[in-house]
This record gives sequence, C-alpha cells and structure tokens, in this order.
Amino acid sequence: MRRKRGRRPPLLLWALASAAVGAALLPLGYLVLRGLGADDEARAAVGVRPTAELVLDTVFLVTGVVALTLVLGTVLAWLVVRSDLPMRRLLGVALTLPLVIPSYVGALVLLGALGPKGLLQQALEPLGVDRLPDLYGYEGALLALTLSTYPYVFLIAASALRSVDVSTEEAARSLGRGPLRVFLTVTLPAVRPALGAAGLLVALYVLADFGAVSLMQYPTLTRAVYLQYESLLDRNAAAILALILVALAAVVVWLEGRIRNRGVRYRSSPGAGRRASRIPLGRWRWAAFTGCATVALLFLALPLGVLGWWAAEGTATGPPFRLAWSAAIDSTVASAAAAGCAVVAVVPIALLAWRHPSRPSRLLERIAYVPNAVPGIAVALSLVFFGARYGGFLYQSLSLLVFAYVVRFLPQALATTRSALDLVDPRLEDASRSLGRSSRRTLLRVVLPLARPGVLAGAALVFLSTMKELPATLLLRPIGFDTLATEIWTDTSIGAYADAAPSALLLILVSAPFVYALSARRAWELGIPD
Amino acid sequence: MKKLIMLLLVALAALGAAAAAQTATSRSEATTLTIYSGREERLVKPLFEQFTKQTGIELQVRYGSSSEMAATILEEGRNSRADVFFSQEAGLLGFVAREGLLKVLPASTLARVPARFRAPGKRWVGTSGRARVIAYNTSELTRAQVPKTIWELTKPQWKGKIGLPPTNASFQAFVAVMRITSGEDRTRDWLLGLKANDVRFYGNNTQVVQAVGRGEVQLGLVNHYYLHNIRVQTPTIPVENAFLGKGDPGALVNCAGVGIVSSTKNSAAAQRFVDFLLSPFAQRFIARGPGAAEYPLVRGVRPRPGLPPLGEIKGPEINLGRLGRDLPPAIRLLNEVGYTR
Repeated sequence: MRRKRGRRPPLLLWALASAAVGAALLPLGYLVLRGLGADDEARAAVGVRPTAELVLDTVFLVTGVVALTLVLGTVLAWLVVRSDLPMRRLLGVALTLPLVIPSYVGALVLLGALGPKGLLQQALEPLGVDRLPDLYGYEGALLALTLSTYPYVFLIAASALRSVDVSTEEAARSLGRGPLRVFLTVTLPAVRPALGAAGLLVALYVLADFGAVSLMQYPTLTRAVYLQYESLLDRNAAAILALILVALAAVVVWLEGRIRNRGVRYRSSPGAGRRASRIPLGRWRWAAFTGCATVALLFLALPLGVLGWWAAEGTATGPPFRLAWSAAIDSTVASAAAAGCAVVAVVPIALLAWRHPSRPSRLLERIAYVPNAVPGIAVALSLVFFGARYGGFLYQSLSLLVFAYVVRFLPQALATTRSALDLVDPRLEDASRSLGRSSRRTLLRVVLPLARPGVLAGAALVFLSTMKELPATLLLRPIGFDTLATEIWTDTSIGAYADAAPSALLLILVSAPFVYALSARRAWELGIPD
Repeated sequence: MKKLIMLLLVALAALGAAAAAQTATSRSEATTLTIYSGREERLVKPLFEQFTKQTGIELQVRYGSSSEMAATILEEGRNSRADVFFSQEAGLLGFVAREGLLKVLPASTLARVPARFRAPGKRWVGTSGRARVIAYNTSELTRAQVPKTIWELTKPQWKGKIGLPPTNASFQAFVAVMRITSGEDRTRDWLLGLKANDVRFYGNNTQVVQAVGRGEVQLGLVNHYYLHNIRVQTPTIPVENAFLGKGDPGALVNCAGVGIVSSTKNSAAAQRFVDFLLSPFAQRFIARGPGAAEYPLVRGVRPRPGLPPLGEIKGPEINLGRLGRDLPPAIRLLNEVGYTR
C-alpha cells in the first residue's frame, strides 16, 4: 500500500524529528548512567527472583487493563457511533469525561466509595452487610486504571468507526452477511490499527502509573521504582528497575507495531466519506442504554458524587471551601504550553514516518513511544540532574517543566497525529502535486489540514494529561508555581480529603471543555475535508 | 472554532515562555533564601511567614516529600539551588550529609538540643521529636487490650488487624533501630511474623491512622502526632495513641531536622533560619500550634498537654545520627522480607 519513490531524503524533516526524539530519550540517558553506576550491592538489592515476580505482576495488570479497556471502549464506541442508542450524544460526552480524573483521585474515590468501611458499606450497614469484597490488590488496581484509561480507547475507536469505509460494509451486507459478522470480519479489521494505537497508550499509561497502584497496594515495577527512591536505598537500583520497565515498554511498542503493519488503511473511493447508517438495536436498545449509563454512573457520577460529598462534609465542619483559581490558571498555562510544544515536536516525526517510510524513519517513530513508560519521578530526577548541571537559568523555570511534560506525553500526540495521517489518501497529495503545487505547499495546504483533527486531538490529550501530572511538577516547577495537581497532593498528603475535593472538582471543571471538544463529532471525523 | 483553539494554544505557549523568562529574572534580585521542605506546607507555612516578618529575609520554599527533596539535592549535587534542607526525618539528613552536601553547624546551635537529636558529624540538628506509638481504634479496643510491646503483635489474635507504612522513612528508622538493639535475626523473625499475621501495608502514616479510624485495621504503627493533625479535619475519629513501655524498640523517639546545604551562598541567612527553628517561638509553634503535637527539643518549651513528657518515654537510646549509616542495611532487610514491593 505504501509508495516507494526515489525522493530526496528531507534533511530538515530528519533533523527536526531526530531532535525531538533525542530530547525524549534524555531521561533514558540518565537511567543508563545511573544503572552503570550500580555496584554489586545495588544489583543484589534488585534481585532476580523478586524482579521476575514484579515483571509478571506488572504484565498481568497491563494485560488485564488493556483487554478490559479495549472491549469496553470499542463496544461503547460502536454503540454511540453506529447504533440507534438513545441519548447517544449525551452519553458520548459522559463516557469521555472520566479522562479528566487523575488515576490517584480515581483510586482514592473508589476506595472511599467501595472500599472497606466506605460510603457503600456504610449505606448497606443497616441491612447487615459488614464486609464488602476486598478492593485492595489486583481488582482495585484494575478497576481504578480502567476508569482512567478506557476513554482513550473510546475516543480513538469512535473516531476510527466514524471514518471506516461504509461501502465495504455495505458490500459485505449485500452479499448476505449478518450485522455481527460484518462487524467482526469487515469493521473490526479496518479499525484494528486505531485500536492498536489506543491499546498502546493504555499499556504505557499503566506501565508508568504510580498513584492508583500505590493506593490499591498492588506491586508493579513503577511502584518498586518509587519505593526505591522513597527509601533512598539506592538510586542506581531504582534506575535498573526503571530500565527493565523501559524494556517492557519496548516489547509493547514492538507488538503494537506488528498489529499496525497489517490492516486496512485508507478509503476506497471518494464516496467513502458518506455517513454510515445507524444500526437499529431493536429490543436490545434499552439494555444497551442501561449498560452505557451504568459505566457513566460508575466512572463519572460516582467520582463526582464522592468528591462533592467530601467537599460538602468539609464545609459542614470547617471553613467554607476555597477554590484555588490561581492554581487553575497555572495549570492551564502550563498544560496549554505543553500541548502546543508537543504538537510542534510530533508533527515532524509523524510526517517523516508517513511520507518517507523507511526502516530508519519508522524506527525513529517507534522509539519515540518508549520513554513514555519511564516513571514520572525518574523523568523528573533526570531533568534535575541535567538541568542543575547544564540548564543554567532554565532549571526550575517553567520552560524546563513544559519540556518535561512534552517528554512524558509525546506519544499521545504522536499516536493521534499518526492515525490521522494514515487516513489521508495519498492520491490527494499526488493530485495536488500534479496540479503544480510544490511539495512544501502541498504539505501545508493539503496534508496537514486533512490531518488537523488528529493533531488537535493529540494536543487536547497532552493538555489533559498535563493537567493531572504530579511527580515532575513537584520537582521541577518554579517555586511558588502551584498547579491543581500539587494542590490536591498538598491536601491529601495530610489526609485532608475535604480540602482536596474542591481542587479536584475544579480540575475536572477546567478540563471538561477540552474533553467536550474531543468528543464533539467534527473534531474526530478524521481526514474528511470541511 | 478550530482556528480559535489554535490561536489560543499559540497565545498560551507564548505566555508560558514569557512567564518562564519572568521567573528566570526575578530569581536573582533580593537576598532570598531557598528552602527545600519535606515538611507539609499546611503545617509549616505560618512558621515560615513569621520568619520573614521577624528578619525581613524572603523565603522561597519548594515543597515535596522529604525523600524526594533529598533525592533532588543529591542529583543537583554541587549545583544545588537549595540553601536549607528541612526534613521530616533524621535518616534522610544523614544520607545527604554522607554525600558531603551539608555544612557543619556551629556548636552553639547544636548545643541547644539533646545530643541524641543531632548529627555526630555536626551537619544537621533536630528541630522536633516524634514518638513511635501504636494507634488503636477506641470503638474496638480498650487501652488495656492494646499490646504493651511490639513483640506481641505477631500473636494470632492480631491476625489481619495491624496496619503499617512499610516505605515510610520513620517506620524504616524504627526497623533500623530495632535491628541495632535486638539484632538482625530477631528483627527478621518479627517482620516475617507480622507478614504471616496478614499485616496491611499503607502508603504513609496518615493513611494508617485513617484506616484505624475506619476500623479497617485495629492497630497502626505510626508516629504520635499524625492523630493530632487528622483531628483538625475529623475531630471525632475514634483513635487514640498508646505509648509503649520501657526499653521497647517500638518506643523510639525520632526527629525532624534541618541542615544547611554546602553550596549555599547565603550561609548567614541560612544560619539565622536554622536558629529561628530552634527559637522558643518556633518550638512552641511546632509543639502546640494548630494541629501540631510534636515534642519540642529545646529546653524550656513544654509539649502539648496530654502527651507524656519526653523524658518518660524510655525507648532505645540511640543517636539518630547513626541512621545515615544504619538505614541502608535495615532497608535491605525490608526488601528481603518483601515489605518494600
């Protein structure tokens, strides 16, 4: 499907892409440096057997969350996009909104609601229920991480389902296949690359998550890395564990690459941009609605309800709650800057891999994903290390903090930009060239506008992730620069949940418009010209 | 709409750059002191404001967990931006001091606190004491039912009823001291015994006390003053502290402390800050301020009413300065018995 043409290797594009990937690899450089500094004692502290167990536990959790989110996200997306589900627009937004709930807040809220002696159990106490199934451990971590990651799958699957070639489906149906078989044999293979990209984002998220697994007391590699730093036993041992994590991420990226290289890419004919007709669910309509509503209730209404409850409780016993508007502004400024910078960094990488496919360019693109699995604290300390030595006045300035955000969340912008480019029909580019436009003008006037929805979606994802980011913010922020995430941390670290609740609600409020923009139909009709 | 978003993004990016330039220039102006504080903002901020009021020295405070702040100073090395490291834990100060990143303090400063609460190498000084206690749920247990010694905790009657924060620095310091006073084998047996007793692990002291309050567990191994912090939010929490008996490793008194970072260019101001923390005003604030209940370490300041006097807690008499050296083997032991994973 890909064109092989003897084009001049675009030096500028190569330089920009390499610079971006190189910057993203900076934390890895630090980890290798520290890992090499490890003595026998540090290596003994890591230990083969316990580490193997950690790897297994981590893989177990990643597999569970990816499988659960893929099924949940795809089914929900299909229902919202392709069926005659009641209130689907509202549900579309409600099902996307959990994206703004940080996993540490999600886990805290789940524990507060469903945990031992939580709100649910208190409510059930008069009925004689004095113990609920234990939420701590694998189940709790699975639930909390599914809550905060399934919207990635939902969003990406929804956009892919919208842009699937309808004519192929119609052909399959006219040849006598039932709806389920059409979905399994035609639709699903067509959206497989998009699902692969979504699964990759989820897997990397789970690999690097600390907040949820630590609250749920589930052992993973990232938790071990944090605990090594926490007890300051050995930074070198922590680095070795982090490098194992990076290797695990490389395996995930490689797996996803194999899925991506199969599958159908772009549309067959100009008519393919037509909207698909909605499939009537018949008597399943309200059952499906109940299912979707349950997910929205559990993952959106419940967290909001618990936070609201805490805030109200705090107001009842203490001073009226305080909204941290200045922190909200700091958060927004930093997140917007990170989103803008991430897009600028990502476009050359994606363009290079799309327009000049070759082994090195594709490798460069794949490598850019790997550092995403480095735990936030290791990214932060690596930038402390480099920043304090060579950063001069940039160290502990907003610029370096934004840089850290870009390093951490680059893959989110890359995945969406790349998926959007994949759907751009190369014949449009050829047409533009044959009509006499230069290659650069074609890029600016034809290709990028077509990919714009994906690029904007990437910016929005980076924005949302940055709003929630904590470890790098704590160590690298300019002094006095308080974000909503640091406000929440400040309160929860002394157990003042009532004080933290308003900040968490504010975080959700400020992020919500961006989520709405993400879930709005037009933004996700990838590749369809206005 | 999309153009608007694009414009907004560009504008905000520019704003970010401008703000960055701003912070870069404002740094070099007046004589300000940079504190890396492992102590929580909500607890110490009023104290810091008082320092500025008294001395006119502006404070720039970076808040984080004590271990994160220590790790930051270690990674910054000779280029540290910190003038002062204010830590929750003596052990972390010991770590930083061992890397040669803390300055020697004058004898007059050190002499203000008892010898066991200051570094033998003179590079940090304790600012407040905290006793290890067993926090217990008062609706489930009476004071008499609470074990008098931590050795009893491995008995089957406490199965599934104990919570502790295994990665918390003060718990680790307690294990380090236990390892010195009772030996490695006995300590290992005790840790394994607790594990066999289905002990529950939490992220920090606050979470343990709250779990005790909810009745998720009945006993928690924590520092005494977290209960008083939590009571500010939840005055009715059904938890009390049980102080442990004479000579018990569980009766350790640990301390928070402060040190001056070697690369500072503001030694004089940093010294004034350290002395301020040892002043009667600051000591009273730490001991009896709102939600505070730590032990003052300077003579003449009394602890919060209701607490047993520091002299009555007869825990192991260990110089906390040893922790910088004795913590690593203790943490290795904790790793070995599976407490830190």
